[in-house]
This record gives sequence, structure tokens and C-alpha cells, in this order.
Amino acid sequence: MATSNPSVFLLSVNGQIEGANFPEYDNLYCKYCFVYGHDWAPTSGLEEGITQITCKGSESSHRLIWNFPLETTFKSTNPSGWPQLVVSVYGPDAFGNDVVRGYGATHIPFTPGQHTRTIPMFVPEPTWRLQKFTSWLLGRRPEYTDPKVVAQGEGREVTRVCSQGFVTVSFHIITKDIKKLGYDTGPSSLAHTPSATSGWSTVDQPYNVE
Amino acid sequence: MRAILAALASSSDFREKLQKKRRALQDTLVKNKNEDDTQALVPSTKLSEEKLQTTMKELQSSEEDPGETLKRTLRAQRQRRKKRLLDQSSAQESNVEEISTIQHHSEDEGSADRAGDSGVLSRPPTGSQRGHSGMQHSASSQHLDSFVTRRLEERLRAARSKGESLQQQEASLEPTSRLQSLRDRDTVTRFDKIDPDRAGRHDDPLALRTRVTFREAARRTEKGLPTAEEAYNFFTLNFELEPQDGTEKKSKKREKQKKTTEKDSDEEGGGVVEEQEAAEVDEDNQDENEDQSEAAPLVRDEEEDLFVIEQSSRDFLEVKKAEYIGYRKRIQQESELLFTPSFRTVPTTIKLPENMKPRYLEDEGLYVGERPPISLTNENILENRILKMEEGKKWFGDDGRIMVLPDPIKESSTRPPLFHMEEDLDPALQTVYRKAVKSKYANLYIAGAADPEGDYQLDVDVSGLIFSHHPLFSREHVLGSRLAQLYDQYLTRQHNNLTGHLTDKLNGLRSALRNILEIHGGESLTQAMQRRISEYSLEVRNTRQLRDSEQEKDRTLLKHIVKVWKELKALRDFQKFTNTPYKLSLRRENVDRTSDEREYEDEILAEVVELEVEIEEDYQKKFAEYKKQLQEWKLCRRKPKTKKKKRKKKKKGQTQDETEEEDEDQDVSESEGPVEEGPPKPEPPEKPDFDSIEQRVREKASRIRRKPGESILIPELSASGNITASELCPRPETARREDVTRRSLFVKILYNDKEVSRTDSRSLNTDFRVHFGQIFNLKIVNCPQSINLQVFEEIGSSCYLLAQVFVPVPEPSVVVDRVSLEEFEFSSNQRVMFDHEGVGSDVPLSFEVDGSNKQTLLTSGKLSCRVYWGSGEDDVPLAPPVSQQHGGIHSGLSRLDAVKFIGASGLYDMKKIGEWATQSRLDPNDPKNASIMQLLKVATSGEVTAPEYFRLEQLQEEFNFVTDEELERSKRFRLLTLRNQEVAEFRNYKCVPSLEREVTDKVFQEYEKRLKEGEIVDTKEHLDSHRALVAKYLQKIRESVINRFLLAKHHYILSDLVVEEEIPSIGILGLNFFKLAEPKRPLKPQRKARKKVTAQNLSDGDIKLLINIIRAFDIPIRRPQSNKPGQSSQSAIQGSDWLFSQVQVRPFVEVSFQRTVLQTTTADGPNPCWNEELQLPFSAPNGDYSAPVLQSVKDEVFINIFDEVVYETGVKDQDRAKSIHTRVEKHWLGSVKIPFSTIYFQSRIDGTFKVHTPAVLLGYSKERSYGTNGAYDTLRSLSEGAFITLFITIEPQLVPGESVREKFDSQEDERLLQASERFEREAAQGYPDRPCITTVTDLNGKTVFITRYIRPLNPPQELLDASPDNPQETTALVARFVSLIPSLPDRVSFSGACDLWSTCDQFLTLLAGDEEEHAVLLCNYFLSMGKKAWLIIGTAIPEGPTAYVLTLEQSRYLIWNPSSAQYYGQYDTFCPLQTIGCLVNADNMWFNIQQYTSPMSVSFDTTKANLWKPFFSRSFSHPGLSSVQPEELVYRGTDKAAAAELQDRIEKILKEKIMEWRPRHPTRWNRYCTTTLKQFLPKLELSGGQDMAEGHRHELQSLLGDNNISGFPLHMPFSEIRPIIEAVYSTGVHNVQASNVEFALAVYVHPYPNNVLSVWVYLASLVRT
Repeated sequence: MATSNPSVFLLSVNGQIEGANFPEYDNLYCKYCFVYGHDWAPTSGLEEGITQITCKGSESSHRLIWNFPLETTFKSTNPSGWPQLVVSVYGPDAFGNDVVRGYGATHIPFTPGQHTRTIPMFVPEPTWRLQKFTSWLLGRRPEYTDPKVVAQGEGREVTRVCSQGFVTVSFHIITKDIKKLGYDTGPSSLAHTPSATSGWSTVDQPYNVE
Repeated sequence: MRAILAALASSSDFREKLQKKRRALQDTLVKNKNEDDTQALVPSTKLSEEKLQTTMKELQSSEEDPGETLKRTLRAQRQRRKKRLLDQSSAQESNVEEISTIQHHSEDEGSADRAGDSGVLSRPPTGSQRGHSGMQHSASSQHLDSFVTRRLEERLRAARSKGESLQQQEASLEPTSRLQSLRDRDTVTRFDKIDPDRAGRHDDPLALRTRVTFREAARRTEKGLPTAEEAYNFFTLNFELEPQDGTEKKSKKREKQKKTTEKDSDEEGGGVVEEQEAAEVDEDNQDENEDQSEAAPLVRDEEEDLFVIEQSSRDFLEVKKAEYIGYRKRIQQESELLFTPSFRTVPTTIKLPENMKPRYLEDEGLYVGERPPISLTNENILENRILKMEEGKKWFGDDGRIMVLPDPIKESSTRPPLFHMEEDLDPALQTVYRKAVKSKYANLYIAGAADPEGDYQLDVDVSGLIFSHHPLFSREHVLGSRLAQLYDQYLTRQHNNLTGHLTDKLNGLRSALRNILEIHGGESLTQAMQRRISEYSLEVRNTRQLRDSEQEKDRTLLKHIVKVWKELKALRDFQKFTNTPYKLSLRRENVDRTSDEREYEDEILAEVVELEVEIEEDYQKKFAEYKKQLQEWKLCRRKPKTKKKKRKKKKKGQTQDETEEEDEDQDVSESEGPVEEGPPKPEPPEKPDFDSIEQRVREKASRIRRKPGESILIPELSASGNITASELCPRPETARREDVTRRSLFVKILYNDKEVSRTDSRSLNTDFRVHFGQIFNLKIVNCPQSINLQVFEEIGSSCYLLAQVFVPVPEPSVVVDRVSLEEFEFSSNQRVMFDHEGVGSDVPLSFEVDGSNKQTLLTSGKLSCRVYWGSGEDDVPLAPPVSQQHGGIHSGLSRLDAVKFIGASGLYDMKKIGEWATQSRLDPNDPKNASIMQLLKVATSGEVTAPEYFRLEQLQEEFNFVTDEELERSKRFRLLTLRNQEVAEFRNYKCVPSLEREVTDKVFQEYEKRLKEGEIVDTKEHLDSHRALVAKYLQKIRESVINRFLLAKHHYILSDLVVEEEIPSIGILGLNFFKLAEPKRPLKPQRKARKKVTAQNLSDGDIKLLINIIRAFDIPIRRPQSNKPGQSSQSAIQGSDWLFSQVQVRPFVEVSFQRTVLQTTTADGPNPCWNEELQLPFSAPNGDYSAPVLQSVKDEVFINIFDEVVYETGVKDQDRAKSIHTRVEKHWLGSVKIPFSTIYFQSRIDGTFKVHTPAVLLGYSKERSYGTNGAYDTLRSLSEGAFITLFITIEPQLVPGESVREKFDSQEDERLLQASERFEREAAQGYPDRPCITTVTDLNGKTVFITRYIRPLNPPQELLDASPDNPQETTALVARFVSLIPSLPDRVSFSGACDLWSTCDQFLTLLAGDEEEHAVLLCNYFLSMGKKAWLIIGTAIPEGPTAYVLTLEQSRYLIWNPSSAQYYGQYDTFCPLQTIGCLVNADNMWFNIQQYTSPMSVSFDTTKANLWKPFFSRSFSHPGLSSVQPEELVYRGTDKAAAAELQDRIEKILKEKIMEWRPRHPTRWNRYCTTTLKQFLPKLELSGGQDMAEGHRHELQSLLGDNNISGFPLHMPFSEIRPIIEAVYSTGVHNVQASNVEFALAVYVHPYPNNVLSVWVYLASLVRT
């Protein structure tokens, strides 16, 4: 594996869907999937998943905690189509129908290390007010045909959405051979600036050089 | 410390310091002469050291003293002195002071000034001090002298004796240290030098010279000095001692030994010992702490003093006074130590080297940067301080100021501040979301404008305006204004006096030239001189030319003025009144004729001379060139050798020529005899004609210059003339004048395009000048963008805009006294004409009698005004700070624009820039301003050539990281681009390699091959050149359409993205309620809609084709094998055979799809019921399951019905009934083909289909209903053949590709389009399941109304002629012709759900089309044949939405399937048409609004409005739409030869294929059978595929005898070879396994007009029985 001239680079994503903050809703669960471009291929780990249903705790923050682990490794030849994590949150409405509570997406962080992302969530709005009522009544809220559309820009202009809450995801990113293929994702720009931070830039140097 | 310092410092420094110190000491000495504060000055540290030493000394002395108590104090003193001397000698190298101390002591010993000495303690008094002090204390020193000498003598003696003894010891020991010692000796000599001469001799070490002189001075005062010899001896002695010291330093052991010996020695030796010891001690001390050396003298002093006064007690005790330094003294001391630089300015003379004047580089034009600001006091202090230093002057520049680098500090920070809000977050990774701010207007407001202090005031002073042309000008005015302009011009020329300048310059140059020539006379000129002369003459020439042109201009101007004035006068005379007050008078200034003439002549002469010289030079140059050419020419000519004689002659001639040439007078060519071939002889230059020069010069002079003696004419224009009163003028003129008085003008002031003020309206004067004289104070809030003055003219109550003047926004520094009134020119191109005398504007005008030489004058004039900033109370301009306009953000870019950079963006007027540059005193040498200076230089030098272009994205190239070619060459980039363009081969290309080299060329091979194939016609694939061309054409259309669809595909609508429940209507709610009541398990379950699956996440094997084969009707039944050919009557079969052979037929169904074959069980009888479900896997090409790919899958599902025939063979006689070998054969009976695309789009196909049976089925008969079930007969009366009921669907259900919603452009009337849209919408709302098409898309992608497609068109004449007497047959033939055109669904070809309708001629050219094209063509044919025909838009099985043709024949409606040429009666049960949506003919279209849609229950009476809704009705009548179809179709004749060729090729290919499919069996061809079959096929074609089997079969039977034949003819329209092969394969004829099987294959291609081909393939297998 330790070829000096790699043709692919690897991106290992570990982390977890920590929880969500939906002030109005309870008993939610979350689905996630990855969306990536043509040049990407998952090599290991789950591409899709669904969490347990969680209830709000009694503590004041009212956060919904899933702590659902993510572990996937991608290989790729091209940073175009960098994987995105798409999360969609579902839960029962007042009548017990399972309805969508939010869609959201975020790119997997580029740089190695630990990252925390708070993804704002949204749902599509019904076209008409009457539809809003009927959809509420029947428990058939408008949904995206495919949750993956939230990871793409095309065609979004035709939809209207309403923001709902937040999902917090933490990532631990490890990359391999990205630098060797000529893509610099590290914070090298900082390291090279002759600033006062040179102290830690030297610490950082070994990673950058490689 | 002092010692260290001293050791380190150079001796010269040291000397200086010493001098200072000494001076200071002196003072103290003078003051504190009697004070006894010796000890007080001893620093404590030194004290301790001192004590140490003293204790040591005391130790010694304690030893000595007891023994020497009787000795004289003098002696003791002397010893100590000696010791001290030695000390010095060892230490003096580093410590000079001590020496002087010694000397001092030697002089002032015992005197009261020991306080001074001790005061020195550290600060040693030097010789010079002694000099001074000596003078001061001359009295005391007098009597000391004798004492000193005595002591010296003693010391000498002692030293000599000791030295001699030691010399021998030590010299041998330490020869190496000689050098050092030598040096030491020198210094020592100096110290105690007594002899001035000697001092002079030893003064080579510069460092000590001064001291020596001091010493000399001091010594002169002394008396009784030792002799020179004595002194010398003394020094040599010392010198001998020195090495010892050096050794002692190194070897302490020895020292110690010595010490012990010395201690033991007696008095005599004791002195020596003491000396040595002291030296030792000193040495040690020096090593340890060099302070010791300073301390030592102090102690000694004290000791000396003490010994002088009190001897014994002081040896043990030291009594010191309390240490105190008086304030003043301290000040004094400090002033020695400290230096306080003065505040005062240092005169420049001090700072500069002598005899230098300050030089100011700035004045000399060199760039001097801006100095950083320093306060004057600080600068002075610094200068004073520097001056104190050695070489301080080097810090000063030539201008006498401290050299300073330009201020490096930028005015604003160049780096944005970085805020660390949270420490743990890496700022580089943090995303900062910023809201988009529209900053344009936010920045427009001046900061601080809101508060009262920040008010800015802009003053606009509108002074007045003058018209240079006005429509109301009379002709005289025109001339008058022209005259005034010319006069103005004249005045400015006079003012500039360019002619004068140039004349002066010319004269100057001439005299300079003359001078040079005179000075050097005839002498040879140096190279430089010659160059200079030529330069001068060149300059003279240029200047002369310039002057001449200027003179000419002057003269013509004058002439013009006079001319215009004459015209004016003539006009006035002519019109008999005057309108303008202009009066021109010419003043004559007489000149002295003689002098003038002389000047004139001189001038001409000078010019002539110059010209001559120039011409001569020119001539010389030319001549030299000519000579060179001639030489070459001769060389050429000499080569060809001709007759010798002639040559000789010629040579003579040539030499002659040459001489002549050298004389440069004669033309050479004359002497040349017969010119031979060769290069043309060069022509010599013409001799300049000097005579004409003068003439020319004179001519020119007379033209451009005043004649000599002629008086100088000076025009003077005055406006003093009288204007004729209006009463005296003719009518038109009075009208004009009245008009003028009616006019009035005012000026509007627009600030930032908003009117802020306007002047009073002033009436127009007769002289067309208006004075306003108003100043407007504008208090502004917004940044000034533009100031616009609009001139309005008012006539009565109406006013109109005459012109606009844009005034530049003034610079912030511009206030009232810094700007003068400026005239801004304006003009307007309005056309104004009058019927009175006014000349109007933009009207041609002529002053000539004949009307020629027309001019067109436009209203124009000058507005004089100024704009400046108001000034506040303290004369501060109330202008906004300029920095706001040029924010720091843009500084990077604005740097590119010189003008912008310096903050003068408003000034694009070059003149203004120049003014501004001088005003703001721009440093022309500052590199920052280089560009603007360049600009100004260009501007002032005359032609301003502003670049006539501007660059968009001028930095683009900077950002290109590779060149475009390189990018093009990159394979990886190409791959990515192609993928992005969604080119079919790369649309789903996964994992583009990350590196260039990993992209192989293989990737592109397929693509490139396809590209290439586009060019090359592949005849192999198509077998027919025409079809190949068509295929290519189709491909092109397809590509263009696909590209358009690819674009359109990226348009989304809400339903693409969001799944939303429809608002439930009442009906649906009711239905839902109804559903609740439904039984849980209904007896007759209905198919329910399944959930649709997006094709995205599918893979191979996920999709299955479900085919439910339910039942079939009227399968052909077997005909019993009969060897009797005659027995063919039906009755016979019915009667005997049917009973005889019970098995009529054992059919089973085989479904093949994508070469997967599945079959049902075998059923019995002609009406079998299988009710079986078959699952066929589906795999998409390349594993791509996206909608566009699925749409374009061309595969077809073949549903074949076979008869299973079991033969018993090989029944052997031996064991009968025991082993029966059976052979199973399957005989093809018929097939149904359903394209996959149809299934895909329909998602389910449910219905009964007619089985496509071959025209002839050998061994089978199509007779039906042998049984009793005659009840069906009525229903089947019209339909023939077998039928099969199927249900086909795809599992899981796929979402069919959404249709393209792109709105195509159209040439239709917009009203029509709207109406059709409305019509379709209403139809869709009312009857959602009925197709309604009003507009269709043609091949060009334009929307066309559907009725335009319907037009009677002639079918091929051949078809009509075929059976002229039988219209029915003709109709069938036409329908057959149409159906023979291959069908190609648009969806497949265009991979989008878009129906493109081609016109009939296009269809016939393409020879491929959808159902619509077939239907339209058929409909048009029928119409032309005089039938009543309509196009039916409806749905059918299996096609789905389709088009059929309806005809009315003999009060019977017939429904034609154009693709199969089948027709059905209205009440035919098996009519594939299921729904009728609308009917179309050429005039109108009707939408079916009846209750039912099936043809059976529909009334076709379109006149009934309650049944059919017409598109064009009374409210919206038919606009008379012309047809898109051609008037007539032109058919190409049939090409029989081509058909025959194709026939052979198909046959060959099929034979190969069959053999290929039977790889394990030999394939034998029965030629006899083949030829027989071949004869049948044309007959089949003629009969139109109708059953004519009987005779044919019998014929075959008879021919082939006992062979068991099974075979059938296949018939299909020809498009490509592939479908034929597929069809043959699907019949499975090749699967016959029997060993003795033979095959027969016959192909017949029947040509129809226009290359429509009907292909027949007769396949048969023969098994010999």
C-alpha cells in the first residue's frame, strides 16, 4: 500500500451524529447518507444509516442526543464531488404520523482533525396554505423526492423551505495521500505566514511537509 | 575599571580623556589645594583592594622597618619611589596615568597638592597636568627639584647594580619576551624622560607624543636633572628588568622563590627585592584585578605623604576622613563624566566638511523622500550628540541635515486586523458568513454629514454664457462671430508669439553654428565637433521649417481676418443694415525700409546657403551610393568575357569613365558603348540645381512673409459699431429681432442628476450674450458624483433644453480664490429653422451667391462658470475628505491607474491635471508620480494620445496557471470536460484518474471512433447507401435534439423535488370512504398501482420484466401430413383428419428478451390458456439505470408462439414398445413484438394483441372454429388471425423519464398559442385520460399547430396504377406502402419523451418515423385519394399514445393502424385503439367530450358540439393556417438493381448467421427447396401478404416429396440488417436438432418507390422422413 506514487487518496471519516436541537419536537430519529461525486467511492463503512428514536431529556437544554457513530472511508481521485453528509430527521406529529422534521447537509471537512458541524435543518413548505392544512391534518407533509437533493444546487430554486432546528455532527477526519496528489487542504497558509503563530506552525510542520 | 578601560581604549582616545581629566583635576587642585580630603575620593571597592595591598606592603615594611628604623625617611621614600617606578614600568603599557602620577609625585612630592594626587587616585594626573600644576606650584616645586634629582641618582645606582646581576640571569632565561620588553622599555623611557632630545627620538609611538611634549614642558622647569647618560643607564636598567616581569607573569613559582630569597636579603638587596616584589605584586594584582594598578598609586601617595609627615603610625593605621564630595564638586565631576547635548540648532557649517556649501538634492531635481517627522529639539539634540562623536560628520548628508531614510510608515495599515474571538478556533478554518451589503449608496453618504460640523458646501458660480452660434443669428452674426473667433485666435497667437520665439531660436542656432565654424576655422574638426555641427544644422533645419509654418499660419490667419471682414462689410452693404457692432481696423506700423530689406535679404541668403549645404550633402550621399552601385555593376559586367579588342577599348572607356566620375561632372552612360546584358546600369543622381533654390526660397518668403518694407498690419477689432435700429430694417430682420427679444435663458443646476437650483431667466441680448452672475451655495450630503448645468431656452411659456454642460467636481482644496471662471463649451444638434432672417441651426447655409460652399452650423456657445468648495469661518474648505472616495480596499487596483491612484480621478482633462500637478506641487521625481508626470509630458507636448482601448480583465493572464494549449492537451482535463458535457460515453464515468499519466488513450478510443464514424458511412451495417446517409442525418438530428434536452433536463419544477399530497377533492374523499367498505379479499382482485422507484439506485438484476401470458385465440392448427397432393379440400380434413389426429396443436409461448429465453408450459388446442407469469431479467447498457439510458434501450420483447411437435423416431423393430425415441420439435407459429421502451413508458401493458403470423405456415392451417362455438363468429367477422392476451410490466415500477417542459419557440401567432394552451388545459382538466394535442414540435424544434400537418398529398403513382379498377386494393396498397416505412419511436431515437413530428417529405426522406408520421402520411394519402379522413389522436395497445387514421367509407367508419396497414371497423373488438382523444383534419380539430372513449361507443359526427369540442369555433375562427407540408411529394423511382443486390447480401448474411448459431451441427442447405421458395416470395408480395398458401403449399409438397417441411415466410419493412437477424433468431428455426435436417432460406426484397423496401425471408427446415 505504501506506494510512493499513489493514484487515489483516502478520506476517512469518523465521528458521530451527536444530537439535535428541535425545540418543538420530540421522539425524533435521524437518517443519514453520503452524497459524493463520480470520482468517489466508499471503500468501507456504512453509507447510509438510521438512528434510534430519542426523547428529550429533562435537563434544561432539551437537546436530543443520538450519539450515532459514523465511520466511512472514501477513496477518490478528484476533490470534485467531495462527499457531503445528508441528514434528515423524522418524527411523529400530533396524530402519530411519521413526518419529516428537517433536511440538512454539510460537506465533510477537508482538513484532518476534529471538527464539529452544526447543520441547520429545514423542510419544504407546502405550496398552498390549504395544502398546509391538509398535509398537517393527514400527516402527509411535503417531502423531498430524494433527501439527496439537499446536497445539490440544481433545481433548488423551485422549492420553498422553512427552517426547523439544528443537528450537530462531529467529525474526525484522516486523510491519506491528498498532499501527494497535489491537493493542499492543510492550513499551510497559516504556517507560512511569518506571524506570531510560528510557534505552533513548527509543531504543525511535520504534518504539512508530508 | 579604569585600567580595563584604558587597556581597551586606543591610546589616542585615552590621551584625550586624560587631558580632560587632568584639566578637571587641575581645577580641583586649585580649589582644594589645602583640603585634605584625599581618602574621601577613594571608592570603596578600591579601598578594599588598596587595603589588601597595603597590608602586603606593610608586611614587607614591617620586616624592613625594624631593621631600618634608623634609616632616613628619604631613603625609605626613595625605595618606595623605585618600587613604584617599577610598578609603572610593568603596568604602564595599559595604564598610562600612573606614570604621570609618579612624575607628579616626583615633582610635587611632599607638597600640599597630594590631595590632588589622591583625588586623582583613579583619575591619574598626566604629564600635562603636571605641567600645569607645575606652573601653578612653581614655588613648591623649586625646592623639590633637588630632592628629586638626588633620589633619582640613588635609584639609578641601586638599579644598575641590581640590573647587572639580574641581567645575566634572566636575559638567558627569557629571550623570547624581548620584543615585548622592548616596547615596554620605550614607554618607560618616555615616562621618565628627562632629556627632551631623547623624548624626540622616542616619539615614534604616536600615542604618546602629546604627553611627551607636556612632559618636556614640565621638565624644562626642573633643574638639576640627571645627565643624559645617567638617564639612559637608568632606562636600560629598567629595560633589563622588564623581561623578568614578563617571566614572572608566567611562572609564579619562580616569583615565589625570589620572594623568599629577597626577603632574606639585606637592606641593599632589600631595595631591589622590594622593587621586584612590588613589581610582582603589581603584576599579580593586574592579573586579578587591574584596578589594583590604580589603587596602588594612591596608597603610595598616602604612604609617601605619611612617611613624610608621620612615619611609623601610618604604617599600621589608615585614618580617613568621612567620604564626602561637595555638591559643586560633584557637579563638576559629573560634568566631566556626563555630557548634556545642547538644544540649540547646530550651525550647518559645523556639520559639513570645511569649505563646503550645503547642497540641496531636492533643488537639483533629485528625488528626496519625505522625512519622518521629528521634533526640532530632538533633532538638534541628536545632531549635537553626533557631533561630539568621532567621525560624527559622516552622519550628515550634503544638505547639512542628518541622513534619513524616507518615512517607511504607510498612512494606513495594509494588513487587515485579525481578531481572535475564540482562541480554540483556528481563524483560517472559521467560515465567516457575511450578508451581502449593497454598499454603493451607503458609501455615497459622506461620513459625519449628519452632524452640524460636517456640512459641506459646494458653490456654483454661473457667470454667463456666450453663443458662438445661435439659431437666431443672422448671417451677419455668423460672420461676426467668425470674425471674433479669428480675432481671438489672432490675439492668442500674438500673445504666444511663437514666430518670434522660433526666429530668435533660429538666429541663435545660426550664430552658434557660425561661431563654431569660425573658431575652428579651416582647422580639422574633431569627431565630436563634427557631430555637433551636424546636430546644429539639423536643429536649424527643423527650427526653420517650424518657423516657416508658423509664419505661414500667421499670415493666413491675417488674410482670413481680412477676408471675413470684407465679407462682413459686403454683407452689410448688401442688406443695408448692420446687426453687429464689430468693426475691424488695420493699423499699419511702418518699418524702416532699408533695414527691413536687408534683414529680409539676409534671411533669404542664410536660408539659401543652408539649403545649398543640405542639398549638397544629400547629393553627396546619393552619389556615394551611386558609385558603389556602379562599381558592383562593373564587376558584373567584366566577368563575361567578350571580344578582346572591344574589351580593351571598353577598358579604356571605363578608365575614362572613372576619371570622369571622380570629377563628378559628366554622365557616365554616354561613354559606355553598346551596353551588354547584365544588371541595369545605375543612374547617377541629378546634379542639384542651385539656381532654383534661391528662387524657391524667395517664392516661399513672399508667400509666408511680409514683403520687405511693407508696413506691419495689426488688426484691431472693436465692438463700437452702430447697429441699425429696428425700424430701419426690412421685415424679416425685424421679425428676427423680435424673436430674439422673446427668448430668454436660464440655467438649471443638477447635482448628482437632481435639480438643486436654477438661475433667473435672463433675456437674450442682441449680441447673444447672457449674463447671470449668480452663485449658488449647495449644502451637500451625498458625495459629489456629477455637477451638470443645463441651459434652457425659454420662448414665452415653453422652454426646452438647449445644452448640457458637465462641470467636473472640484478637488477638495479648491476654494473661491483658487479658481477662476472657466468657459465650458457646449453645443446642441437640434435642428431649428426660421422663416425670418435667423439662420437656424443644423441648416446648411451659404454665403456664396451661387449657394455653393455650404456650411452647417450648430447651436453652440460657451458657458462661463466655476465650481468650488465653500470656505468655513477659518478658511477651511467645506469639502468632504477625499479619502472617502478612494477607500483602502481599492488601493490595490487603483494603483494601476496613475490618475486614480493619486486621488485625482475626477480630472481627466489634461490641462486640469497639469494645473493640479503644479498646484499640489507634486514631486516630479517621486517614482510614485512617474506615471502622471509621463502623462503630463505627453499631454503638454501636443498630441494627447489616450489609448483608444480599454482592457477588460486586464489581469486575466496573471491568473492563468497554464496556457490554453496545455490545458487542451491535457487528457484528464478532456475527460472531465466530456463528462461534464454528459457525452454518452462518459456520462457516468467513474473515478477519473487523478494523474494525467494515468489517463490512457483507450478511454477515448470509443468516443473518437464514434466521432469518426459520423463521417464515414458504414455500408456494412446498413447495406444500402441511402439508408446509411439517412441514418447519419438522423444521428445528427438526434444529437442536436439530445443536446437541447440535456439543457432542458436541468430545469426543475417543484414536483421533481418535493413530493406533496394533492389537495383531496370531494371525489377522492368519497372514493376513500367507498374503499373502506371494500371487502378485504375481493373475489376479483384488481391491480393496484405500485410505488414507483427512481432508477438511480438500481443495479443489474434489480429490474425484472414480468410477462403474464394469459391466453391465446385462434392459433393455427396442424394440418395432417398427407402425401397426396390432391387432397386439399377442407371438408376432407374436417371430416376425417380432425378426428383422426386428435391433437390439433400444442402451443406454448416462448418469450425472448435480451437473448434470455423463457417458455411456458405447453397447452393444448387452438385456444389455449396458460395463465403463466414469466420473469425476465433486465440489464441496462453499461449498468446505467438513469432515465435517459432506459429510454433509449432499443431491445424488443419477442413473444413467440410455438407448436410443440413430438415425433416418434427410431422405433426399432427388435424391442417394440420398449424404447420409443421421441424427438421434440417446435414450430414457430407467430410472434408479438413489443419494444422495451413501450413497456417502460406505459409501465404496464395489458391487452389482447394480434399475433403476427406468417403469411404461409407450412403444415398449418389458419382455419378456425372447427368446433361448435360458432357464437363467436360474429364478433370475429372482421378480424383474422390469432390473438394473445398479455399483461406485461416491469418490477419494480420505474419512473418514466419526465417529458421535457421546455417551451419551444414558435412562429405561430401568439393568440393561437394561448388558445391552444387553454384548450389543452381545459381538456386535461375535464378528461385527464384523453390525449389532446394541439401543437407539436417539428424537427427544427419549433412549435407548430397540428392542423398544419394535414394536407392532401399524392401517393406514388405506381401504387395508384397497380390496380386502377379496384379502389379497395389501391387503398390497401397505399396503407401497405406506409406501413413498410420502418417505425422508429421518437423516444428511442431522441432519448427524450418528446414527440417530434416530421413532415411527410422529411418522413419519406428519413424513412423512419413514429406512429404519428405514419398516420399523417396515410391520412394525407387518403385525402388525396378523395376519401374523408381524419387523424385520430388516442391511445392504443401496445403503443400507448398514438395516432390512427379514421376514414369514412360507404357510411362506415374504418380505423386504420398506419404502422401495420391493418384496418378495423368501428365495432371491431380487437381494434388496438382503446381511447380516442381527438380528431384532426386540415381545418380543425375536435376534442372528444363524450362519455366514452372507446371507438365502439363513440360517435364520429364532429358536427355535434355536445360530442366534439372544436378548437376553431365561431368565437375563434380558423385563421387560415397554411400547411407545413409540401404541395406535392416527389418520389424517386424504384431501384431494382439495388434491391437485388441487397437481397443477395441479406441472404448471405442470414445464412452465415444461421450457421453461426448452430456451432455444433452441420448446416446443410437444400438448394432445391431454396429455389422453390424463392419463387414463392414475389407472389407473396404481390398478394400483399394475404393468404394464398394453399396452392403454394401443395406445390412445395409435391416438389419435395417425402420431406417433412416446416417453414414460414417472414415479412418486415427494411431499415437495418439487425432487426432481420433478430427476427430470424427469435423464430428458432435453427434450433432443429435432427441430424438429417436441411434448411432452406430465401430472401426477397421488393422495392417500392422512394426506396421503401419490403423484405421477405422464407425459412424452412426439411427433415427427411
